[in-house]
Order: sequence, then C-alpha cells, then structure tokens
Amino acid sequence: MLGQYLPILIFILLGIVMGVLPILGGWILGPKKPNKEKLAAYECGFPAFEDARLPFDVRYYLVAILFIIFDLETAFFVPWAVVLNDIGWFGFWAMMIFLGLLVIGFIYEWKKGALEWE
Amino acid sequence: MEQLISNITIAIVLFPLLGALVAGLLGKKMGCTWSHRATIFYVFISFVLSLYLAKLVFIEHIPTFNLVVYHWGISGGVGFDVGFLIDQLSVLMLLVVTFVSLLVHIYSIGYMQGDPGYQRFFSYVSFFTFAMLALVTANNFLQLFFGWEGVGVASYLLIGFWFNKDSATAGSLKAFIVNRVGDFGFLLGIAAILATYHSIDYSAVFAQVDTTLSQTITVIPQHPWSVITLISLLLFVGAMGKSAQIPLHVWLPESMEGPTPISALIHAATMVTAGIYMIARMSPLYQHSPTALSVILVIGASGALFTGLIAIVQNDIKRVIAYSTLSQLGYMVAALGASAYTAAIFHLSTHACFKALLFLGAGSVILACHHEQDMRKMGGLWKLMPITYLTYLLGSLALCALPPFSGFFSKDAIIDAVHQTTIPGAHYAYFCVLTGSFVTAFYTFRSLFMTFHQTPRYDTAHLHPHESPWVVWLPLVLLAIPSVLLGAWLVKPLLFDTPPLLAQSVVPHLMESPQTAWSLMEESIHSPAFWLVISGIFSAWLCYIAFPALPKFFVRVLSLPYFILIKKYGFDDFNRVVFVDGSKSLAQSFSHTGDQVVIDNFFVNGSGRAVVFLAKLGRKLQSGLIYHYSLLMAIGLIAFLILILWPLKG
Amino acid sequence: MYLSTFFANATPALPEIALLSMTCIVLLADLFFSRLCPRIPYYLTQLALLGVICLSLCALNKPQTSAFFGMFMADPLSSLLNVFICLTSLFSFLYARSFLEETKMPLGEYYTLGLFSVLGMMLMVSSQNFLPLFLGLELQSLPLYAMIALRRSSGIASEAAMKYFIMGSLASAMLLYGISLLYGVTHSLSISEAAIIFSQGTATHNTVFACALVFIIAGIAFKFGAAPFHAWAPDVYQGAPSIVTLFLGSAPKIAMLGFTFKFLVQAMPTLQTQWQLFFIILAVLSMALGNIVAVVQTNFKRMLAYSSISHMGYMLLGLISGTQAGYAAATFYIIAYAFMTLAGFAMIALLSKAGVEAESIKDFQGLNYKHPWLAFLVMVVMFSMAGVPPTIGFFAKLSVLQALVQVDLVWLAALALIFSVIGAYYYIAVIKTMYFDQPEKSTPFPTLPLDATIAISVNGLLLLILGLFPSGLIELCNKVFL
Repeated sequence: MLGQYLPILIFILLGIVMGVLPILGGWILGPKKPNKEKLAAYECGFPAFEDARLPFDVRYYLVAILFIIFDLETAFFVPWAVVLNDIGWFGFWAMMIFLGLLVIGFIYEWKKGALEWE
Repeated sequence: MEQLISNITIAIVLFPLLGALVAGLLGKKMGCTWSHRATIFYVFISFVLSLYLAKLVFIEHIPTFNLVVYHWGISGGVGFDVGFLIDQLSVLMLLVVTFVSLLVHIYSIGYMQGDPGYQRFFSYVSFFTFAMLALVTANNFLQLFFGWEGVGVASYLLIGFWFNKDSATAGSLKAFIVNRVGDFGFLLGIAAILATYHSIDYSAVFAQVDTTLSQTITVIPQHPWSVITLISLLLFVGAMGKSAQIPLHVWLPESMEGPTPISALIHAATMVTAGIYMIARMSPLYQHSPTALSVILVIGASGALFTGLIAIVQNDIKRVIAYSTLSQLGYMVAALGASAYTAAIFHLSTHACFKALLFLGAGSVILACHHEQDMRKMGGLWKLMPITYLTYLLGSLALCALPPFSGFFSKDAIIDAVHQTTIPGAHYAYFCVLTGSFVTAFYTFRSLFMTFHQTPRYDTAHLHPHESPWVVWLPLVLLAIPSVLLGAWLVKPLLFDTPPLLAQSVVPHLMESPQTAWSLMEESIHSPAFWLVISGIFSAWLCYIAFPALPKFFVRVLSLPYFILIKKYGFDDFNRVVFVDGSKSLAQSFSHTGDQVVIDNFFVNGSGRAVVFLAKLGRKLQSGLIYHYSLLMAIGLIAFLILILWPLKG
Repeated sequence: MYLSTFFANATPALPEIALLSMTCIVLLADLFFSRLCPRIPYYLTQLALLGVICLSLCALNKPQTSAFFGMFMADPLSSLLNVFICLTSLFSFLYARSFLEETKMPLGEYYTLGLFSVLGMMLMVSSQNFLPLFLGLELQSLPLYAMIALRRSSGIASEAAMKYFIMGSLASAMLLYGISLLYGVTHSLSISEAAIIFSQGTATHNTVFACALVFIIAGIAFKFGAAPFHAWAPDVYQGAPSIVTLFLGSAPKIAMLGFTFKFLVQAMPTLQTQWQLFFIILAVLSMALGNIVAVVQTNFKRMLAYSSISHMGYMLLGLISGTQAGYAAATFYIIAYAFMTLAGFAMIALLSKAGVEAESIKDFQGLNYKHPWLAFLVMVVMFSMAGVPPTIGFFAKLSVLQALVQVDLVWLAALALIFSVIGAYYYIAVIKTMYFDQPEKSTPFPTLPLDATIAISVNGLLLLILGLFPSGLIELCNKVFL
C-alpha cells in the first residue's frame, strides 16, 4: 500500500537534492569577496526586508503576469499534443478556440504597449 | 362581438378618467377653455358610446355580457378581477350617468366661470364620472366597492371644493365620515358574501343563492340568523350611507355647501342613487329575505315622509331641494322594500332628470342673485328669467308627480307597489308614501312661489337679476324634455311588457294588469295620491300667494312641531352630543394615557431608541479592517461547523 | 468531428458563445477604432447584450438540453436568469456611460471587463458541473475587482477593490474547499450524478459531507453578502464608484441565485432539511443587521448597502421554504431587488456633479424643489424597497412571506415583517428629506444626460408598473420551476 508512494518519495528527495546541491556547492567552492554592488538586490527584484510601503516598479509584475499566462499555455499544450490522436478533431478545434482567445489577448497587450519596457 | 363590447365598455369607463387626468395635470398649462373642452369631449364620447351600447342591448337584444378583463390577483383561491357586466340595468345607468354628467359639465362652464379652481373642478367632476361608471359596470363586488369609494372621494373633494369656507370643509368632512359608517357595513357585507359563497363575482354568488337559503350564522350566541338576511342588511347599511337613508341621511343637506352643479350631479342624480342601484342589482339576494325587505321598506317610507316635512321649513333654496332628494330617495328605497325593484330604478331615472333640472335651475337663480341662496331674499323672478322659470316649473310638476309628467308614472308605480305588498310594516309605509305626496307638492310649490312669484324682496337698487347665459339654460332645456316625457315613454316597457325591460337584471315585479301610459293617467283621477298632490299645490298657493300671512300664523299655532322640524328631529344634535363630543372625549383620554404615555413614550420612542442603540452597536462591527472582517467570517464559519457537527457527534 | 459538428453540439450554449465572441470584438474594436469613435465599445456592448437577451428569450420555452458532455445545461430557469442578468447589466452599462466619460475612465476596458463578468454570471447559472460553476464564479468576480479599482485616482476605490479582492479570495477558497470535500463524498463533479448519489440517502450523514455543506454555504453567503459574511458589503458598496456599485449589486446577485439553485436544489434535492437551518440563521441575521444598522447611516450608498444585506435576508426566506413556490418567490424577489438597486444607485450616479458623487443623504435634501420628476422616481424606488404597495417590492415581499406561511414557518414571516417595519423608517426618511426639507444651498443642478434620464424613468416606472401588473412576471417565475 504505502509502497506505491515510494517513487514519489524518491522524487521529492531528488528535488530537494537538486535544489540544495548547487547552492551548497557554490557556497563551498566559490570565492567570497563581497562588495556593495554584489550585495545589492538583483535588477529585477527589490530588497526583501525593507518597509512594505516601498514604491516599486509595476512593470516587473506586468512582465511576470504576462509570462505566466503564456507559460501555462505551454503547459497546456504538451499533454494535448501527446493525446491529440485520441481526442481527434474535437480536441483540435477546442484547442484552436482556446488559442484564438489567447491571441486576442496577446494582440491586446501588444497594442496597449504592455510589452514595451519604456 | 364580445371584443367590441368589451372595448367599448373600457372606453366608456376610462375616457372620463383620461379627461380628469388631462384637466388635473395639464389644466394649468392648457388654460380654462381647453380644460373644459377636453373633459366635455371625453364625457361626450362616453355618452355616445353608451347610446351605442343601449342600441345593442335594447334594440338588438344581445345577451347579457359578462366578461373578466384582467385578473388582478388571486388569494386563497378567490379571484379578484376587473370585469364588466353589461345588461339592461347597467346600460340604463350608463345612459343616466353620462347624460346628466355631460349636461353638468356644460352647465359648469357658465356656473364656475372665473373660479380660481376651474380646471380642478372639471378634473374632479370627470373623475367622479369615471368612478360612477366603474361602479355601475362592475361585475363583481370588489370593483363595485372601488367605484363606491371612488365616488365617495370625488364627493368629498367636491363638497369641500371651496376649501376656504369653513362650512364647506365641515360639510365635506361630515359627508365623508357618515359615509364611512355606511361603508363599514358594506365592507362587512362583502366579507360575509366572500365567506359564504367563496366568490365575489355577481353571477357566481347569485348562482349559489338557492343553496344557502336555510344556512344560518350565529353572531350573538343562541340567536342564529339567516345568512342571506345578514348579508342583505349589511349591504343595506352601505346603501343607507350612500343613498342617505335615516339615520345616515344627515350628510346630504350639508353637502349643499359644494358648487350647485355638484349637487345636481352627485347629490341628486347619480351618486346618491348608487345604493338603490346596488340593492336592485342584488335583488336575487334580497328576494329571499323578507326581514331585510321589511327593514328597508320601513326605513325608506319613513325617510320619504319625514325628511319631506323638514323641507317645508327650510328657506335655503338648495336645502329645500336637498331634503326633497332625501324624500325621493326614501320613495325609491320603499319601492325596493316592496320588491318593486323595477319601479325603484324607474323612479331613479326620472328623478335623475327632474332633480338635476331643479338643482341646475336653482343654480341659475343663485347665479342671477349673485350667490344668494335664501328664498326670503328672492321673489318675482319669473319675468326676469323666463327660461329658468319655465323649466323649473316643469321640474316641479314632475317632482310633484302630476300626470302626465315623468315623476307621476314612476311614483305611481311605487305607491302602487307599497300598497300591494304584505310584508310587516306595509300599512305604515303606505301611509307614509301617500302623505308624502301631499308634502312633496306643498314644499315644491312653496319654493317655486317664494322664488319666482310674490313681490321681489332682493335689493332692487343693486341687484338686477337677468337670464343666465346659454351654457346654463341649454342643459335646463335638455333636462326638461326627459323630465316631461321619460315617464310616459318608459312606463310600459319597464313595468307592463312581458318580459319587462329589465327582466334579465333584476327580479321583475308582478303587475296586476297590463296598462298603458294613457290608461294610467285616466285611472289616476280616481286615486287618492292624485288628489293629495292637487291639494298640496293648492295649499301652497293659499299660503304663499293668496294669504301670505298664513305661514306665520301656523308657526305660532304649531310651535312645537315647527321647533321639531327646524331642529330636524334632533339628529344633528344627537350626533353632536353622543358621537362627536363622546368620541372626542374618548379620544382625548386615549390620547393622553394610551397614546402619549404608553405608545409614544414606551413603544414608539422606546423601540426607536432600542433600534438606534443596536444600530450603533452594529456599526462598531464595521471597523474597516480586513482582519476584523476575516475574523468575523471565520467565527461564522466555525459556528456553523459546530452547529452541524455537534449533533453528528452525539 | 468537424468544426460544424463541434458547434452543433454547442447550440444550447449559443447565448454564451455569442457573448464571448462579442466581448472579443469589443476588445479589438476598442483597440483599433476608439480613436475614430470613442463610444464604439459602448455601442457594441449594448448591442451584444441585446442580442444575448433575444437569444435567451428564444430559449425560454425550450426544454432543458445539455451540451459539452453534460458540463453545460440550458433550461428555462437559466434562460430566465440570463435574460434578467443581461437586462440589468444593460441598464447599468447605460447609466455608466456618462459618468465614465465625465471622469475620463477608460471606456473600453470598463465594458470589456463588464462583459466578461456577465459571461461569468451566465456560466454560473448554466453549468452542470461543479468545476465550470466555480470557474464562472471566478470569471464573474475577477473583472469586478478590476472595475472597482478602475478609477485609479480614487483612494477609497482602490481600498474597496483590495478589500473585496482579499475577502472574495477567502470566500472562493472556502467554496472551493467545500467543492473538493463534496467530490470526496460523491466521487463526481457532475451535478446530475451528485443528485443521484445524494438521493440514495447514503453518504450524507457523515462529517465530510457536513463540512462540505458548511463551507459551500459560507461561500454562497459571502457572495450574497448575507450576515455574518456581509462585512465586505458596506465598504465595497461605498468605496466603489456608483456605476460599479450598481452593477455589482444587481446582476451578480441574480447569477448567484442561479448558482445556489445548482448546488442546493439540483445537486441536493433531498437534503433541504440539512441546509434549511443555516439559511434561517443567515436570513434572520441579515434582516436584523441590515435593517437596524441602516437606520443610523448618513451615507446614502452605505445605507443602500445595508439595505441590500437585509434584502438578501428576505430573498433567502424564499429558499428556506424549500418549495417550488418558494424558489419562484426567491427568483421574483431577486429580480425585483436587482431593478430597485439599479435605480437607487443610478440616482446617486446621476446626481453626482463633475465626478463628485452625491452620496450623502443630505445631497437629496429638497430634491423635489429642484427636480420633481427625479424626486418622484426616488420615492418610487424607496417605497419599492420598503415594500409599499403598489410597487413591485410589495409583491416580492408578499410572495416570499406567502411561501413561508405555506410551510408553517409563520414565526419567521412575522419576524421578517417586524424587520421590514424598521426598514421602512430609513427608506421613508429619504422621502421626507426630499419632499419636506428645504434644499440646503442653491448649488447648480447637474445637467442630466438624456439617455440615462430616460433609462432611470423606465427603470423607476417599471417598479411601479410591475407592481400594478405583477402577475406576468410571477407566472413566469413559477413556470420555470415546474
């Protein structure tokens, strides 16, 4: 019974190892010469432990949200492509309609200038 | 065909309402002329359409038309509908109402000229016409009641039309309150019908009457009453209010404070006869209750005599006619009591014409005398106002019931019917209606002589009476024609034809032998009524033309009866002392202890304070902070969970 | 399967598909043609709604048909609700136009978001599966959050949007949790299958089901704004621009009723005894809190918000009775309520001057002297809300109370009457302010846009006319439950 979940356990452990190992490796192996520039937050982020009312650039969020939409679309496409033979034309057209709607959204964000950084 | 009749009926009823709305809402913008044109036009349409319906019903003999137009609501299985019943009776009433209303509209152009409330007046009169038409065309009790109340409201508004005058507002209030008493009985009657027959539709109720003949109801323990008698009496209470029967007659004389055209239309020709119409309409019901008929007979006959007597001592020309109206309504009710429904309706129609004529004639005189109504300040007007005089004379003769005028035929039928009936109180009633004809003749000609004959007693230096404009005398002439001819024309089809004209609407009254107008007139020479009328006119001539000192002598000799008549049998004083003062002091005490202390202070203000207190508490809940709100939601959720899981556990 | 057969399968969903297509067109038209004609999204939006109303009316008499493998079902009830969802949306978009133009809010975005929300509502009443139902609910809510915040210059609007969003997410989470528990009980997301399982009588007397029921009811109560899940309503109603408030106070409630029917009536037809108690509590609390707290409000919008809480209480009374007549009464009530709310908030929107909303009750002082017709309409609305005959509000209250009395819940009906007496106070206080108080200062009266004035007249008179001739609508509501 519980044995069925063994692959999942292995998967979780592997995930943890894959995540932790590079960080650990970098921490152990890399030389540590901190300076001000290096300690500053990355360009796309902002200080994590500052005042919550700090003004921030909304463009980061815009890009992130737009990215997620199309990222999820891809996640949707892969299983669809795998079983396309089984679901036939119905599945094909359903996805085309979905895609069409996404394209309309894409046109909208493009035209509105959401893709321009400046 | 059905569709056509239904549309026509709706148009007849609604056009006056349209007129009322137009004159009432747009009157100020349209001006006087267009206001009266609009209302007259709409009433005229109603009149013409009524004529068309009359042609269909009386000449083409279409069957009784009974149609529900709209389902207003259903409650407890009982439908409340808007519907119309078109048969001979309602068409006859339609004709009377629209005809008199049309003439009164025209007459008012002259009578109301220059009044600041001109448009309002026309709006009210048209509204009244609408309500009255709704009343007579109803096919169920609810619509009947709607019209009944509608005419009551219109009457109230019009009596108090000159609301700056104290006596007018008091009169309107009196009319309204006394009518409430009647309406209370009427409403109880309708409720009793609803409870007994589970329907308020005329036809449905009448169809079930036979099944409830022996049904009784116990209002007072150990005294079971016949349901039909109870219903009949309750409905009659309503009729007593609206048709001014003793003891609810006190409002009608006061209603004379309104403009004279109103007295003619509402308080003589149409509204006050609504009670007569209603009982005639309910004749299939009344027919089964001798007790109720007896009560009706006695009350009607008493009214016919005793209110007529008061008219003798009145000096206000409109009040004389008002008391005469009371007396004539008494005749009609007596006829109903004697089961002569057709005769009552007959008298209703003729009376509508000649009494409207008399009122409008009196209005013409009042107009000429610059709104002076006291007959002691008139006299000798016949030369100056020939048309008014002639028409007034014709109206008076019709009222006295002299052959061949219309009043004769209808009143003769009533006296005859009362003579024939055998229910308890018949002898007394016969005495009343017979004596009443003497009284009628006397006061009618008294007023005629005092107004138009004798020497002028008005201020001849300043007042120069002259004939009224054509809009005023034209309706007089138009009313004089049916006042003279209507009786002779209708008597045979109404009373002696087989089947009689109204046979489908009311229970027919059996006449001994078929007669014609001519034979009736021949016979009348041998009847006591005829000679009583002649002697009444002769006495009036003696007292007011031949020996003008005679009335003063009689007043001195008969001081006690005179006092009683001047005091109107003490009804007003009794009402004032018992009901007005009594209810005032009762109200006073309720107001102090009950209302101010208990209700105002404790319940009203107390509950108000409690609500405000709770509201302020509830307001605190609304802090504006999201985590408070979330907490509230969580508490609610947890409470619900506990509520459902607790029983599961145990 | 080819494209044609794909669509042939989808005919019952024709109104929804049409609306989706039109929404996309509105979006694109706004992008490409708004320079030429700034009002084009508005016209297209109204056209779309009119079209959907026609389509739904045509479907009104058809028997129920399902599509998309039983995920979707069109029946007379959903068609009726669709008609009124679109009709109230049409009215609210009409009222919004002049305000949007005056305050320079983005017209295209507003209407696109609005149409998406309407689409969500339509899905809420027509889906036959818990998942699309939930998606419909979210599709309905998300644009609303954005619409509230659309007026970016207004701090109070942003606050309202934020509150609504957070609280709404919480409620959605509860609902979703409830649905997942329900799935645990029935092993199916289909409403039809759930109904079969529940009717067998097993699986309903256990803890999991009880929790599912409570979570679902809590989510529903939140969306209705029924106490004690009402806390968001006053703040959001007040904070949102009036034109948004009148939208979010009307059409979504109709949709929410359809949603509730799906859960409680269609999926759990036999479990009325289990959820009845909760609704009694919700109804009593809502009526009490809504009516009592409204008494002390000085802000007209906030007062109407509390009033809407109380109205939801009355509407729930219809559900409580658990009979066909009760459901019909609830439907009738919610439709009446939607039109009353529309008119009430439209008044505020109309009277607002240069973007400043006339939201204090004081702003209505002496309205009769300035604009008698508008004052008359407000009076009709107030009387209708108070339930005074001959307005539609009277018959709405009457029918729910009748439904209650029929199932022998007389005490509840009596309680509802007492609260409506308290309610009458604050409605009539507004009328008193308009008619008997003198206008405070002679500020210039805003010029009223013609289309909105006509619309508000129609809307107000509708309350009166439907009150005088209520039988048609009542019969319609009854018919869809037979």
